[in-house]
Amino acid sequence: MAVISIERMGLLSVVCVFLFFTSAFAVDRGNFKTCDQSAFCKRQRALKPGQSPYRALLETLELSDSRLTLQLINDNNKVHLLLELYRLQGNMTRVKINELKPLKPRFEVPDVLISEPPTEPLSVLSKDDNGVVLSLGVENQRLIVSARPFRLDIMEGPEVLLSLNSRGLLAFEHLRLHKDTQAQTDGAEVKESVDGDQQQEEKDEGGERDKEEDGLWEETFKSHTDTKPNGPTSISLDFSLPGVEHVYGIPEHADDLKLKTTDGGDPYRLYNLDVFQYELYNPMALYGSIPVMLAHNTQRTMGIFWLNAAETWVDISSNTAGKTVFGKMLDFVQGSSEKPQTDVRWISESGIIDVFIMLGPKPSDVFSQYASLTGTQAFPPLASLGYHQCRWNYNDQEDVKSVDQGFDQHDIPYDFIWLDIEHADGKRYFTWDPHKFPQPKEMLQGLMDKRRKMVSIVDPHIRVDSGYKIHNEITSKDFYVKNKDGRNYEGWCWPGNSGYPDFTNPEMRAWWASMFAYDQYEGSMENLFTWNDMNEPSVFNGPEVTMHKDALHGKWEHRDIHNIYGLYVQMATAEGQTQRSGGVERPFVLTRAFFAGSQRYGAVWTGDNAAEWDHLKISIPMCLSLGLVGVSFCGADVGGFFKNPSAELLVRWYQTGAYQPFFRAHAHLDTTRREPWLFGPENTALIREVIRQRYALLPYWYQLLYQAHKTGTPVMRPLWVDYPKDTATFTVDDEFLIGSDLLVHPVTEEGSRGVTAYLPGAGEVWYDVHTFQKHNGAQNLYIPVTLSSIPVFQRGGSIIPRKDRVRRSSACMENDPYTLYVALSPKKFAKGELYIDDGHSFNYDTKKEFIHRSLTFANNALTSSNLCPDCNFLTSSWIEKVLILGASKPSKVLLKVDGKETTVDFEFDTSMSVLTLRKPGMNAGADWTLLLQ
Amino acid sequence: MTCLHLLLTLGFAVSLGTPVEIQRPRGVPLTKKQFYEENKPFTCLDGSRTIPFDRVNDDYCDCKDGSDEPGTAACPNGSFHCTNAGYRPMFIPSSRINDGICDCCDTTDEYNSGAKCENTCKELGRKEREVLHKMAEITKEGFLLKRQLIEEAKKGHQEKQSKVTDMQENKKQLDEKVEALRTVKETAEQPEKEAKERHLKAWEEQKAAIRLEKDKAKMAEAFLELDDDADGFVSVSELQSHAELDPDADGTLTEIEAQGLLGGAEQVDTSTFESVWPKIKDKYHSESQPEEPAPVETPPDEVKEPVVDNDSEPYPEDDISEEEDEDDEDEDDYHEDDDKAPPTVKTPEKSDEDDEAMPPYDADTQALIDAAQKARDDFEEAEKALREMDDQIRNIEKELSFDFGPDAEFTYLYNQCYELTTSEYIYRLCPFNRVSQKPKFGGSETNLGTWGSWSGPENNKYLLMKYEHGTGCWQGPNRSTTVKLTCGKETVVTSTSEPSRCEYLMEFTTPAVCQEPSNADLSPHDHEEL
Repeated sequence: MAVISIERMGLLSVVCVFLFFTSAFAVDRGNFKTCDQSAFCKRQRALKPGQSPYRALLETLELSDSRLTLQLINDNNKVHLLLELYRLQGNMTRVKINELKPLKPRFEVPDVLISEPPTEPLSVLSKDDNGVVLSLGVENQRLIVSARPFRLDIMEGPEVLLSLNSRGLLAFEHLRLHKDTQAQTDGAEVKESVDGDQQQEEKDEGGERDKEEDGLWEETFKSHTDTKPNGPTSISLDFSLPGVEHVYGIPEHADDLKLKTTDGGDPYRLYNLDVFQYELYNPMALYGSIPVMLAHNTQRTMGIFWLNAAETWVDISSNTAGKTVFGKMLDFVQGSSEKPQTDVRWISESGIIDVFIMLGPKPSDVFSQYASLTGTQAFPPLASLGYHQCRWNYNDQEDVKSVDQGFDQHDIPYDFIWLDIEHADGKRYFTWDPHKFPQPKEMLQGLMDKRRKMVSIVDPHIRVDSGYKIHNEITSKDFYVKNKDGRNYEGWCWPGNSGYPDFTNPEMRAWWASMFAYDQYEGSMENLFTWNDMNEPSVFNGPEVTMHKDALHGKWEHRDIHNIYGLYVQMATAEGQTQRSGGVERPFVLTRAFFAGSQRYGAVWTGDNAAEWDHLKISIPMCLSLGLVGVSFCGADVGGFFKNPSAELLVRWYQTGAYQPFFRAHAHLDTTRREPWLFGPENTALIREVIRQRYALLPYWYQLLYQAHKTGTPVMRPLWVDYPKDTATFTVDDEFLIGSDLLVHPVTEEGSRGVTAYLPGAGEVWYDVHTFQKHNGAQNLYIPVTLSSIPVFQRGGSIIPRKDRVRRSSACMENDPYTLYVALSPKKFAKGELYIDDGHSFNYDTKKEFIHRSLTFANNALTSSNLCPDCNFLTSSWIEKVLILGASKPSKVLLKVDGKETTVDFEFDTSMSVLTLRKPGMNAGADWTLLLQ
Repeated sequence: MTCLHLLLTLGFAVSLGTPVEIQRPRGVPLTKKQFYEENKPFTCLDGSRTIPFDRVNDDYCDCKDGSDEPGTAACPNGSFHCTNAGYRPMFIPSSRINDGICDCCDTTDEYNSGAKCENTCKELGRKEREVLHKMAEITKEGFLLKRQLIEEAKKGHQEKQSKVTDMQENKKQLDEKVEALRTVKETAEQPEKEAKERHLKAWEEQKAAIRLEKDKAKMAEAFLELDDDADGFVSVSELQSHAELDPDADGTLTEIEAQGLLGGAEQVDTSTFESVWPKIKDKYHSESQPEEPAPVETPPDEVKEPVVDNDSEPYPEDDISEEEDEDDEDEDDYHEDDDKAPPTVKTPEKSDEDDEAMPPYDADTQALIDAAQKARDDFEEAEKALREMDDQIRNIEKELSFDFGPDAEFTYLYNQCYELTTSEYIYRLCPFNRVSQKPKFGGSETNLGTWGSWSGPENNKYLLMKYEHGTGCWQGPNRSTTVKLTCGKETVVTSTSEPSRCEYLMEFTTPAVCQEPSNADLSPHDHEEL
């Protein structure tokens, strides 16, 4: 929650500081920088494409087995840079550029890559004065290094896949001494604000210079001055993508799935910020940053991973952006010479250039390439895929109990109830308010008796209070972030004056993790999990509501590490939760801030949205964008955080959220209560129904999370991921796929009477999951809707396991039987998987205790075969029913298990061609075959 | 997977202590036993289809209405009946069968989950009976109290009504009295006014005469002063010695000017001086008296006043320095004033004023005034009494107009307040008036709503009170409170909470909502099936 209730802040007397928070429901843009207000962005963006001053010094080329190094020189200032090129396993290229001899080391982001990426040999194919041609091994791929000006091109056959510095926007501001301390320095040093300065700017002396200097060594935004002891340190590089019209990713932005060109506006900004009441459809920064962009066309999908944790801006331009559909068609008909191309430019405030170019070529290849670098989605406990009931705040134990009972009274399943900041004693995390929550264990035991769980919030700002154990220990261990003068950095947050632990320090993280031990976090139990909010970090009285950039994390400035702070908070918290069980139980931690690699630690939600229809709509592209860059476990606050939703909006939001990975309702303190049963019996029934649909599909969700964990494939994905050659899917973001097999088109319009869903796949079929009606692929299907409608389709050719006996929590359904939904393709084929484990421990990993089965329907036989023969897990779940959609009526159905044959009763619905096999009864972990005769 | 088409043998005893055996499929209530006949095909209770009996409770859902699986969790819409001998029977959703959670106190819902349930029915039954017994007692006593309240309210109502009637009668008399006294007052005021005017006029005349006399004396004195040579004439040269009489204010009184003042004559005698005196008397300075100083403007008082700090400036240092600046300026102003005219003390013309004080009224006039004043006092007193009477009537009428329940049983709450102290706040409920909250350790009171309406369910709206339009919340609604009334012997606020921000819930017990206990039933087990 970002909102400040002045009433609640009481004596904290922050009124003056936070007057800007009292504005109506809209972000106050004035609190956040535009590119023009961010000195380095303004400087960098002032550079126009043209002749690059950088030149490769080919004579310095050194090639070892895995690495090529080469010096670059800026002919304007003679500063030498060192270029490193790596060919990485899995069809990736890494490009690193740093100063050859920096005055002091520049920051390189640690802890994001899961290991040093394994390399493959590079070899020189040819070399002359103009450049070097290297072989990338696979498929005729070459990397061409041009010397003057410096430029890199990655080719496949005759085609350029991607070029670096082709527009000459490489700019590397080298470290330098401040002019005051270097009397002898000539003017050249000063006016060269960006190392890539071009000649025309060199001539532009005088007045302009002083102004620019301000931004070099000091910068003021609103009342905050950023002292820049290191002076200008920014970096920039451009990428050209011939043949590409669609780029995606670089979350988090409240914007469409397909990234827009930024000409004439601000670039997309990546800078983790606590944005109060964020606005939709713009490139402003939000709570998290993942500097990964995907480029896609019908031939190929590629990715660019810009590994830099400083404030970053991304400019996108396109030579076709301005063209109308008609214009493009004309080009096509006339065989227009100009190939579509997207140009991208990354600008970061500090650090080095470290880029991973993921060459695909298929979407799934890019996912596994990125996963091989930064890891995959943490495999969450099964229960965390259930429904989460949250509110700021459930007031006390009595309130928790009555909400819990409310779910049972209304027969609505849920797994987690959440406690926001008011549960702690004076916002001292790891404690409980002694009046409202005097017996936390009793409360947790009460939930455990119902096989349910709880999440309490633990934020990274620590109340400065000598009576608070956590604060005292951090102080005594000297774990706080320091301000530029070396004293503990302090800022305002929920508790008032707060310190911020230095999560970049591994010792600090280890200590933090130890605080989650049952004997440290008093009142905690094994069914208590954690929520990390405000970890951008949010500093109410800081510049842009975050930490001063000149604050210090050890020897590094906050400027260098800003975007990774939130990742570390979640990392340390998840580690603590794992440790408290001796490494046996899987953690569950939700975070608001994130960075590349955050997927390894838990779930992410889209922050403080609002109860508005547009916010419901935007939840789809926001989670889709996150899924593309590794974060599968994503959700938005169901109902909208700020304001009160109408009953219709709330119902529609439940219907949408139930089909998104992380499914949690949440509400602001100032909203009226909105537990699912408070909107009349009809709406209660609608919400109950959709939550039950969610629970029935938990086996499928769980299996998809397992798959995401194993391969990095997104769970909730844009249509183009599975239909990469169908251009009609490239901009679709009002519907999405769950895995490959469910297509969901949520109703996100008020008073809607119908939606038009695009069903992809020429020659394929889709089945309405509610009616089993069959529809052809590659069509826009109009679907009339009522308030109870949730347009969901199962792909013909898929098998989805469900547990149709929905109970009050996922744990209660553990041993329940499965129903298999076999949706036949036009060729009467289908396949799917079934994954089963204990749902909560690491035994699937450490002891191979799981069942993973392949289900195939072919030649009128449905077969379950083992995908992991050396796995061992016993389940008491069995197959109670098999529905075969698009079937024809058999005369007889036989079940073969262990060589024994039995007949199976069946029913056939002629109108919908649905064959129902009655109670075949085999164990879900067994080998079996069902024969239709 | 196990086959679960079990038949249950239920053996238990409640009141009689003798075992009764009734066989029926698991989860079927006694009332529906006849539909589940062993070894006969079973027809779903909605009639949708008929299935072999071995498919009843076989852990597969055949009937759309779930009726074939009363004892398993197979049907999503099924329900399971637990007998709960010793307590009350109940239905639970069949999704709660074998889910590892003990729902039925007789443990029958968890027959295959491994959950370790204990039969708690007897204990629950005992507790419930205790509670019900207690409740019944409370209800009984509460209802007796309620009857008293109704009686009292009735009496009170009648009393008030008759009081109103009486008061209205009295009011009429008062009205008349006020009118009568008004006439008396007006009658007495007329002669008073005339006498006062007479007195004033006489005084004015007297004053004019005195002033004339004084002027004459002054003139004579001036003549004597001017007539330096005491020849009985004031000459031009004698007049010239008084430069202050200079008509063009150039500092010298020329001969011509002086002659002009004397009406063109060289000299004037006392009688002619009478026509000269009006022209010079304003400027004339007596030689015997010190010169009258020019009036001095005293520096404006407000300038010296400290600046009132209306701003809530967070930096008091700034304020102080600002004040100092202002003070400096003030002092400068002062000096300028000093240059223009030295401050002197103004001597009030006290003696003159004394002379001009009006003499007391004569006895006759004073008598008229006294009489009029008495008439005024009498009238005002009567009018005040009338207003008070009006207020009282209005208050009683307002009270009578409240909806105090079907039998006016809530009347006694009127004009009362009830408090509840929590760890942080003191909550105060003044029924039919307002609800408020005050921090326990200092701080101002917050209005949680003023009386709105009864807002219980349609069949009994008197179970909830709604108080609305309290103090506004930051970025939120105005505070409001719902008061939930339950039967109790005492009238107490038992709890408060804030389920939604700024929407409070207060629990309040009062005998006024106690229902007449039905003598028939104190035990819930009469309908318990066996």
